[in-house]
Amino acid sequence: MTTIPVLEARGLTRSFGNVRALDCVDFDVNAGEVVALIGDNGAGKSTLVKALSGNLALDSGKILFAGGEVELTSPSHASSLGIETVYQDLALAPHLNAAQNMFLGREIPKPGFQGRLGFMDNRTMRAKSREAFDELGATVRSLSDPVGSMSGGQKQAIAIARAVAWAKGVIFLDEPTAALGVVQTKNVLETIRRVRDKGVGVVFISHSMPHVIDVADRVQVLRLGRRVATYEAKKTTVEELVGAMTGALDGAHS
Amino acid sequence: MTTTEAVPRTAGTAPEISRAHTLRQVLHVQSFQILLVLMVIFLAFTALAPDVFPTWGNVRQIIQNVSILGVLGIGMTFVIVTSGIDLSVGSNLVFSGVVAAKVMQAMGDSGWETAIVGILVAVGCGLGWGLLNGVLIAKAKVPPLIVTLGTLGGALGLAQVITGGVDIREVPAVLQDTIGYGNVPGTTWPTISLIAMVLILIFGTVLHRTRFGLYTFAVGSNEESARRVGVKVDRQLISIYALSGGLAGVAGILSLSQYGTTAIAGQSATNLNVIAAVVIGGTSLFGGVGTIFGTVIGLFIPAVLQNGFVIVGIQPFWQQVAVGAVLVLAVYVDQRRRAAAARGQSAKPDGKKKLYGRRSN
Repeated sequence: MTTIPVLEARGLTRSFGNVRALDCVDFDVNAGEVVALIGDNGAGKSTLVKALSGNLALDSGKILFAGGEVELTSPSHASSLGIETVYQDLALAPHLNAAQNMFLGREIPKPGFQGRLGFMDNRTMRAKSREAFDELGATVRSLSDPVGSMSGGQKQAIAIARAVAWAKGVIFLDEPTAALGVVQTKNVLETIRRVRDKGVGVVFISHSMPHVIDVADRVQVLRLGRRVATYEAKKTTVEELVGAMTGALDGAHS
Repeated sequence: MTTTEAVPRTAGTAPEISRAHTLRQVLHVQSFQILLVLMVIFLAFTALAPDVFPTWGNVRQIIQNVSILGVLGIGMTFVIVTSGIDLSVGSNLVFSGVVAAKVMQAMGDSGWETAIVGILVAVGCGLGWGLLNGVLIAKAKVPPLIVTLGTLGGALGLAQVITGGVDIREVPAVLQDTIGYGNVPGTTWPTISLIAMVLILIFGTVLHRTRFGLYTFAVGSNEESARRVGVKVDRQLISIYALSGGLAGVAGILSLSQYGTTAIAGQSATNLNVIAAVVIGGTSLFGGVGTIFGTVIGLFIPAVLQNGFVIVGIQPFWQQVAVGAVLVLAVYVDQRRRAAAARGQSAKPDGKKKLYGRRSN
């Protein structure tokens, strides 16, 4: 590939005590591409996502955003570059409503003096939230109920809608379908394709190999904190992926 | 009470709300339920002592009595909404009053200039303790219970060191005459209550309408999620404890004005009374939920009970028993509501947070 990846990791290393969670791992994702990141439990997927979304300090290694080296100091720094993450635990504030969660940290102030006093334009934020949910085909019943009282699927939809709305470069989805039913899962996979078609790089973490092969363009496999293989999703099989994840194929490639 | 109605009741919701939401609001907001309790208590005493209890003179007395606690309750509501606690408010009040009294004593005269310096000194002292609390909690990651227990002892001890344990009784006459037991000119409304009310309206608006308030709820609801979306959680916490401290400073000067003495020994249960009021008013100790309006109602219940018991000739000590029962009941209702919310969701419940005691749901 000759294009410059929108986000690239080179030789990232991070240890927790004696455990090398990331062991000189490489990773890359291009704009307008879905990359599936797979690996067994403890392979370092979530740690890698944390590192690439500004949630984790690294021992060594380089992160390049659109070809330029960056040091992601905080999640908000990553957000400002257009890197958004949907976490496994969703990371919504359960007592706030959908619109408040959608705009948390990015509130639209009221125009003029009121805005400078800290008053917010709730009407606009609610309208824009509604738009974003509709665009996703998400069924969010109420914008004013606290999200803590909503179903897992609705919360998932809100978390994804929030990330999609703000992601300009890369979006990480850490097991976005884990808590979902069949229909909702289909919606999420559909959303992933739609986001990709907008030119955003999508990194999709999942344990579901059929979903991975279904939606991804490329698959990168982590094992013991390293990237052990990269496959074209169309030319691979579930068996091959599982083999790479578990190490059964060791010696069979690279 | 009629004036506090103006304070918005729910967390950061705008006025243009759906009918369903309005219904939910009324049924589920604990501050509304507690308002009903207060009304029942009020009506009961009115029936028992119709000639004395419901008179303006008596009601005025009650309002005046809760004013200082009301000022403290504002800060405490912010703090508890973040799932924190501030035990140091009473000691902070005493310390701020003592230092202000010392400074005013040293200045000698009893005019407004001295009084204004005293006010600034008191607020400054309060802010200082609040900042110390905030920094230790947000940056040093010491639990708020411990930090404020420490500053509770520290502030009270230093106040006693400064005075040698003897109350200062020289307070500028202007403070006593105007703020202390004066009325708003042309009315029978106590000045001290007007001050408390203005502060309640200002900070009620801040909590329920502004971004600062929204972040307060966000931090209490899910600190990690707030941090991830870029809310400056540490700075928010420091500001909130500083606010609580600063208001304790204000309460210090109000107390000085009202009682004409530093009353060093008189505030040992103030923190618990304020916390009880905040919790009775529907603010959850687990964070993320709360209203200033509820706190105001929560303050009036003990005050009305105390006043009413005296009037109808019941030993006023029963007030403590009654308030204790109401407090436990209020937390029980909160727990039930949280449990119901957790059942209503199919994903992982958010009941991970445990507090000082056991929970079983």
